[in-house]
Amino acid sequence: MSNETPLWEVFIRPRNGLSHKHCGSLHAADEVLALQAARDTYTRRGEGVSIWVVPSKAIFASDPDQAAENFEPGVDKVYRHPTFYDIPEEVGHM
Amino acid sequence: MYSQGLIGADGATEETEEFLAKFQARIDREEKIEPNDAMPNGYRKTLVRQIGQHAHSEIVGMLPEGNWITRAPSLRRKAALLAKVQDEGGHGLYLYSAAETLGVTREQMTEELLSGKAKYSSIFNYPTPTWADIGTIGWLVDGAAIMNQIPLCRCSYGPYARAMIRVCKEESFHQRQGYEILISLCNGTEEQKQMAQDSINRWWWPSLMMFGPHDAESSHSEQSMKWKIKRFSNDELRQKFIDATVPQAEYLGLTVPDPELKWNPEKNGGKGGYDHGEIDWDEFWRVVKGHGKMNRDRIKDRKKAWDDGAWVREAALAHAEKRAARQTQHAAE
Amino acid sequence: MSAPLFNALLELADDHLILGHRVSEWCGHAPLLEEDLAMPNMALDMIGAARSLYTYAGEIEGEGRDEDQLAYLRYDRDYKNCLLVERPNEDFAHTMLKQLYFAAFMHPYWEAALQSSDETVRGIAGKSVKEVAYHIRHAGEWVVRLGDGTEESAQRMQAAVTELHPYVEELFHMSADAQAAADTGALPDREAMRTQWTNTISNVFDQAKLTMPEVEYPQLGGRTGHHGEEMGHLLSDLQYMQRAYPNMSW
Repeated sequence: MSNETPLWEVFIRPRNGLSHKHCGSLHAADEVLALQAARDTYTRRGEGVSIWVVPSKAIFASDPDQAAENFEPGVDKVYRHPTFYDIPEEVGHM
Repeated sequence: MYSQGLIGADGATEETEEFLAKFQARIDREEKIEPNDAMPNGYRKTLVRQIGQHAHSEIVGMLPEGNWITRAPSLRRKAALLAKVQDEGGHGLYLYSAAETLGVTREQMTEELLSGKAKYSSIFNYPTPTWADIGTIGWLVDGAAIMNQIPLCRCSYGPYARAMIRVCKEESFHQRQGYEILISLCNGTEEQKQMAQDSINRWWWPSLMMFGPHDAESSHSEQSMKWKIKRFSNDELRQKFIDATVPQAEYLGLTVPDPELKWNPEKNGGKGGYDHGEIDWDEFWRVVKGHGKMNRDRIKDRKKAWDDGAWVREAALAHAEKRAARQTQHAAE
Repeated sequence: MSAPLFNALLELADDHLILGHRVSEWCGHAPLLEEDLAMPNMALDMIGAARSLYTYAGEIEGEGRDEDQLAYLRYDRDYKNCLLVERPNEDFAHTMLKQLYFAAFMHPYWEAALQSSDETVRGIAGKSVKEVAYHIRHAGEWVVRLGDGTEESAQRMQAAVTELHPYVEELFHMSADAQAAADTGALPDREAMRTQWTNTISNVFDQAKLTMPEVEYPQLGGRTGHHGEEMGHLLSDLQYMQRAYPNMSW
């Protein structure tokens, strides 16, 4: 048994209608304690209405060395944006 | 800490001239560095050391003020102080988390604090014998800390900068809380005013020392500035602090214990500022090296909390294992 | 002035102040950093409730005493808190169990107080009922983990149960003032909380593998100011500033 208390990532929904947003981490032995610790640590000033906790080890991240091949090909596809298309003004808003 | 999720990342980098130049160029473009990004080993080590020290300072900093929670003179003050000390714990937590993104665990950092290997801000090695110290700490110590911390919100390392934004936002009530305590004392009886003056006499110089040695003697400063971990020099921030707090002391009707303090209209590029007397650096180094009044007590207190809590942490982990086993069994049925 | 309601409010206020004081003693010394944030939250809830209760008691009394005069400037024998809340923290097991016992009582109590004939009491109850619901969960989850954790934690947890259980009965005990306040409908009948308290605790104890002891001789006396020895030390801490520097404002 490892004697280190596992790390969790905390996500908070500031209010209904918005998505959960990563706001920090904490240590807890299990998910119930993690949720309580998240409540006691990250919502002391009315920051949210809902909490998610995720074991940090369950998060898989893309490799920053592959950032260019991952993300740059998506930057120059201008035809994915509405401003790429010419529509006469008299047609009105579209 | 996302670095665990990156397959094959070992944090090791080959530090060719080209690599270092490319990294510096990112910093110069004000790009933020994020946990999984390649970074020079020195950058990583500087951050681990600095964020760790910063976190330890918050945690040890709970003790001198915590000393007065049960004795706070009114329920309003008690609630504010309790909330403030709790905030310090929270700030320690955010900062440990930021350091953990660099591949060091909270347990490792805690062990380094308890073994005396890691440092924390020396200011917390001074005692809080009177209630006025709670006011003075809020006003001067938190004031100095805020001055140090605001530029850190723009630090080049993303997780540290984000933690600092949260810290600074929460800390905004701390200094006001302290100053308000001193206003009450200064509007009070002769004994209360004396209590306030005595407290400032004890905390003024240690607060100035919080900004660290003079720039010329600060070993890590130059590289940290270049990497934009630090944005202002120790002496610049110290000067800003003095210029801001001396008028606040005057408002309270209290004096700063520096006979050489005087207004110099030439300072700060003609805007004016205060000249001050020489800081007793012997005292500073003595306290840093462990010979302050409270160094031993602080570490002993932290060690006791950690050791006394071991059975609780073990029990929680043991229960979590049983829970997980039960859940697996349940799923199999 | 309504003396019974004043006294009954003091009973409640003192319970919250003294337990809040005990929990706040942990600040900076918790077994893990996350608890250094959790425990002050509970202490702040308790102290907040105490402030509202003292303030209202002072209004009822009508002699110009504010929350601080009531909280700080009475003699040892004038504090009316139950003995449970003044018990020393000992260890984390004792602390969490004490909180659970108290919150498991206060939750149905505040729920009942939502129907009080007294508007201010209803207001305090509305805020407090949510706070103590969380205290039950927080303390309860810890009692489960410590009771069903390691051998050492199980022993410590059961020891805490054995030590604190004799103080439970006093939670349900009705002083003459509490009875008078209940008769007017201003405050709930404490006796009526017994079933819900037992249900809450049994549920936690089942998961925690703890057994509820039979108590032959319950410890009573707090409501009439018959406190244990630890109470004087707590008060010397709490009252230090007000006693050493009388008549000053802070």
